[in-house]
Amino acid sequence: MYEQISRNKWKSAALIVFFMAFIFVLVWFFEYVTGWGKGGLVLAVAVAMGMAAVGYYASDKIVLGISRAKPVSKDEYPYLYNVVEGLAIAAGIPPPKCYVIDDTAPNAFAAGRKPETAVICVTTGILEKLNRVELEGVIAHEMSHIKNFDVRLQTLVVVMAGVVALLSDWMLRSFMWGGGRRRGRSRGGDGAAGGVLVLVGLALAVLSPFIATIIQLAVSRKREFLADASSAELTRYPAGLASALRKISADTEPLEAANKATAHLYIVNPLKNLKGGNSGVNRLFSTHPPIEERIAALEKM
Amino acid sequence: MGAFVLLLIIIGAVAIMAIGMYNSLVTLRNRTDNGWSQIDVQLRRRYDLIPNLVETVKGYAKHEREVFEKVTQARAAAVNAQTIKEHGQADNVLTGALKSLFAVAENYPELKANQNFLMLQEELAGTESKVAYARQFYNDTVMKFNMRQQVFPSNIIANMFGFKERDYYQIEEEVAKGPVKVQF
Repeated sequence: MYEQISRNKWKSAALIVFFMAFIFVLVWFFEYVTGWGKGGLVLAVAVAMGMAAVGYYASDKIVLGISRAKPVSKDEYPYLYNVVEGLAIAAGIPPPKCYVIDDTAPNAFAAGRKPETAVICVTTGILEKLNRVELEGVIAHEMSHIKNFDVRLQTLVVVMAGVVALLSDWMLRSFMWGGGRRRGRSRGGDGAAGGVLVLVGLALAVLSPFIATIIQLAVSRKREFLADASSAELTRYPAGLASALRKISADTEPLEAANKATAHLYIVNPLKNLKGGNSGVNRLFSTHPPIEERIAALEKM
Repeated sequence: MGAFVLLLIIIGAVAIMAIGMYNSLVTLRNRTDNGWSQIDVQLRRRYDLIPNLVETVKGYAKHEREVFEKVTQARAAAVNAQTIKEHGQADNVLTGALKSLFAVAENYPELKANQNFLMLQEELAGTESKVAYARQFYNDTVMKFNMRQQVFPSNIIANMFGFKERDYYQIEEEVAKGPVKVQF
């Protein structure tokens, strides 16, 4: 359990460093190809941060609105509140507010930038279909996302992916319009080597948004594993979450309130039709690790 | 000159490390205190629920005087406990007494259907698991705090400023397995 926690923390940190290195390489080619200098990077970072800021400050309200979640009081859902408050004590954070989605599909998510303003949202289905230890496992998973500041990390990753997308976009445009001129001026015409570099730059410009997305999703999957392991640390009972994951994934009902934009937030992907096998490509482009792997990791604790 | 500068750098580095260790010891001590007060809050909440519960059960099962007395006594002992150790022991007795109270309730179908009783039961179960989680948080923090006072080199700082190791909040094996399960 503790090894899994530190391993996943280490891996997501390594991915972030790798992402930064990737941006560094991209910037080098960007300068070489477009001749814009550092100004391009500064502009890209500023634009990406501006876009992400909206997501950072409004995402919780948007998500709660889209999924038609209603805030509930302790009198209405004493059971839910007791579980949430207990795990907040275990995690050493203030108890988050509870929201409920009126949907029979079992699922849950957490939102909010910091523990003080965080919310935990569950469907009525999950309250009915899971027993207490299973629900505790699920809530502990969400509590771990809050405690580990995953929303913040996710925002950082989104900014980085945005920078990559902007840089590569601008690079492609410069190829289309000013490409020849820039190339002639750059590095005093060093012939074949320069040509190769430009080709590599072109390939990077085309491929880098994909690479950025793949890294972004890899970070997301690592954080899911981390939240599973931290959940076990909070409840001291990994079997509870494992059994909950089994029940949730076996449930064939789709969650109507979820869509592609919010799917990554839930404890289990709510769009059941996307759950198509474990083949390589499917894995690279999914926000969550396969359920079987998560259960196996929990059972190893 | 060079040696003097080097000496200054070394002294500075040692001082910064010492300050860091001292501050983390203080942080852990405060977190331990906070952890204990969390347990205390939840225990008190539990003690407050019990008279209500006893009254509700009495309404349906007047003749089970023995059980009521046992619960009331155990509660009084727990409320008056002073040290962490006493708290742990008194709490075990109380948990046992509550178990027999719920076992008695088992024989009264009308009681089991009473909305107030069901709510109190949920509150008690919730509070009990909160006590367990608060205890877990407290014990984890105590472990970190005590460890910091034992390992080198922060043990030097801990000794210098008179930090004391804390007691764990211990419970008996049987109870440790989880909150009381009440089957209906």
